Amino acid sequence: MSTTDLKAYWRKNVRYLIILLTIWFLVSYGAGILFVDMLNKITIGGFKLGFWFAQQGAIYVFVILIFVYVNWMNKLDREFDVDEK
Amino acid sequence: MDAQTWTFIIVGITFALYIGVAVWSRAGSTAEFYVAGGGVPPVLNGMATAADWMSAASFLSMAGLIAFMGYQGAQYLLGWTGGYVLLALLLAPYLRKFGKFTVPDFIGERYYSQTARITAVICALFISFTYVVGQMKGVGVAFSRFLEIPFETGVIIGVGIVFFYAVLGGMKGITYTQVAQYCVLIFAYLVPAIFISILMVGNPIPQIGLGGTLEDGTYLLTKLDQLCTDLGFAEYTSSHKGLVDLFFVSAALMLGTAGLPHVIVRFFTVPRVKDARKSAGWALIFIALLYTTAPAIAVFARTNLINTVSDKEYATLPVWFANWEKTGLLKFEDKNGDGRVQYYNDQNEAFSNEVAAPKGWQGNELTVDNDIMVLANPEIANLPGWVVGLVVAGGLAAALSTAAGLLLVISSSISHDLLKKNLMPQISEKAELRAARIAIAVAVVGAGYFGINPPGFVAQVVAWAFGLAAASFFPAIVMGIFSKRMNMQGAVSGMLVGLLFTGAYIIYFKYGAGDPEEYLFGISPEGIGTLGMLINFAVALTVSYLTPPPPTAVQELVESIRIPRGSGIAGSH
Repeated sequence: MSTTDLKAYWRKNVRYLIILLTIWFLVSYGAGILFVDMLNKITIGGFKLGFWFAQQGAIYVFVILIFVYVNWMNKLDREFDVDEK
Repeated sequence: MDAQTWTFIIVGITFALYIGVAVWSRAGSTAEFYVAGGGVPPVLNGMATAADWMSAASFLSMAGLIAFMGYQGAQYLLGWTGGYVLLALLLAPYLRKFGKFTVPDFIGERYYSQTARITAVICALFISFTYVVGQMKGVGVAFSRFLEIPFETGVIIGVGIVFFYAVLGGMKGITYTQVAQYCVLIFAYLVPAIFISILMVGNPIPQIGLGGTLEDGTYLLTKLDQLCTDLGFAEYTSSHKGLVDLFFVSAALMLGTAGLPHVIVRFFTVPRVKDARKSAGWALIFIALLYTTAPAIAVFARTNLINTVSDKEYATLPVWFANWEKTGLLKFEDKNGDGRVQYYNDQNEAFSNEVAAPKGWQGNELTVDNDIMVLANPEIANLPGWVVGLVVAGGLAAALSTAAGLLLVISSSISHDLLKKNLMPQISEKAELRAARIAIAVAVVGAGYFGINPPGFVAQVVAWAFGLAAASFFPAIVMGIFSKRMNMQGAVSGMLVGLLFTGAYIIYFKYGAGDPEEYLFGISPEGIGTLGMLINFAVALTVSYLTPPPPTAVQELVESIRIPRGSGIAGSH
C-alpha cells in the first residue's frame, strides 16, 4: 500500500471515529447528564426523556454505534484493499 | 424441595459444568494459554468478555445501588457500558493487529523501553490484584449466606474450582468456562426480573415495564417519585447532586473500562482484526442485556420495598422480611417503640421537623443492604425455590468468571512480561508455559488468602482499578496508536504523572485526612481518573514535542497496526 493511500485510509477512519464519538458523547454526557434537567421536561410514555437516556437509551445507542463502525470499517477496508483474506 | 436444597443442586450442576468444559479445553502451548490460540469466534468471545467484565458487584450490588441512588445511578450504567465504544473504536482492532499477548507487551514495544514495560506490569498487577480479592470475597459471601457453609470454606471451594480450570486451561479454559458462566448468570438475572415485571406492570420485558403503568393506571416511575418525595427522599428520576462529579465519575469508569488489562486482553483471542471490532459489539450486547435490566429491577425493588414496609406494623410483614433480617442485610430498629416500620430520609432536616416529628417518628428505622435487591427479589415476588438457587449460582458465576480473567492477567504479567521479556529471554516455550501455570496457581492461592484476610485498600476497587487504568493505560495506548510522534519520553512521563496524581488524590481522600469539602472542582476519588487522564495526555504531548521523535522502526510499527491486513495469530510473529 502506498503512503498516500495509507494517509487517505487513515484520514477516513479518523473521520468515522469523530462522527461516532460525537454521537457517543451527545447521548451519554449530553442527553444523560448535562442536559438532563431540560430533557426531563419532556415525557414519552412513562419515561422522562433525560432519565431514559441516562439509564436506558444511551446504552442502546452505544450498541448501535459499534455495529455501524464495524460496517463502515469493513467497507473501507475493502475499498482500500487492506482487508484480511 | 426447599430453596437451600435447590441451591445445592444448581450450584453443584454449574460447577460440574465448568470443570467439564475445562477438561475439554486444555491448553497445550503458550499461545493457547495466554490468548486461547487466537481462535475464539467473535460471538463467543463477546460472551466471555461479558462474563469476564460483569463481576459479583455488577450482578449482586448494582441494582441495589441504583435503587437507592435513583437517577444518579446512571454513573454506573453509562460508565460500565460506554467504555466498550472506546474499546471497539480506539483500541481493540489495533491491539489485535499488533498481535502480542499482553498490554505491557504493547506498551514495552511501542515505547521501546523496559521502564515503560515495567511501569505497565506494576499497574496491571496492582489493578488486577485489588479487583480479584473482591471477587474472592464475593464467592465466600455467597456460600456462607445461602449454603450455611463457613465463609472461609466458601472461599476455598471457589479457589479450588478456579484453580482447576485456570491452571489447566489457561485463557482457552477460562474463555470457554466464561461462555458457560455468562449463560448461567444472564438467565439467573433475567428470570426473576421478568416475573416481577409481569407481576407489577403486566409486561414481560423489564426494559419496557420500567415505563409501564401500575394497576391503578399511574406510571410506575411517577408513582415511585411520589413515594420517594412523600418520605423526604429526593425525586427518584431527577438529578439532585452535582452533575460535575457525575460527569467525571462516568468518564473515569468508561476510560477505566477501556484501559483495564483483563478486558483488553480478551480481544487478543479472536482470529482477525475485523473479529475484534465485531466482538466488542457482541460483548456490549451481552452486557447491555443485564445493564438495561438492572434499572428496571432497581425501580421494581424500591417501589416494592416502600409499599411493603413503610409505616406498616412489624408483626404483619411478610415472611421474607424476617428471613433477611437474620442475614443482617435488613435491619429494623423500632426507635419510637410504636411497633411500626418508619422508613424515611432522616437526613432531610425540613422533612424531619415538619412531617416526621409531628407523627412521632424518631428517625429512620430501617437499614437495607444494596445486595438484597437482587438476592431477595425471588422471594419478594413469591417465585419458587429453584429461582433462589439460580440467583446464587448466577452470583457465583459472575464472581468466578471475573476472578479467572484477572488471574490470567496476573500470571501472564509475571511469566511473560517479567520472565520471558525481562529476566530470562532465553526461556523455552515449554518452560514459559510451566512458569505461567505456576504463576497462576500462586495467584489463585494468594487471591484466596487475601479474600479471607482482605487488605484495607481492596475496599476501594472502583477508585483504584478504574482510576489507575484511566490515568495510565488508556492514554498511553491511544497515543501509541493515534500519534506516530509520541515517543518514550512523552509516554513514560505522562503515565508517571497521571499515576502519581491519581494515586495521591485517592490516598489523600480515601485513607488520609481528606474531607469531601476539599474535593478539587467537587470531583470524588472515583472520578479523579478522568482528570488524571487529561493530565497524562497534556504532559505526554508536551514532553514528546520537546524530545526527539521515536525510531523509524517504531513509526513503521504504528503504520502497520493501522491497517488490518497481515494479522497473524497472536504471538506468532
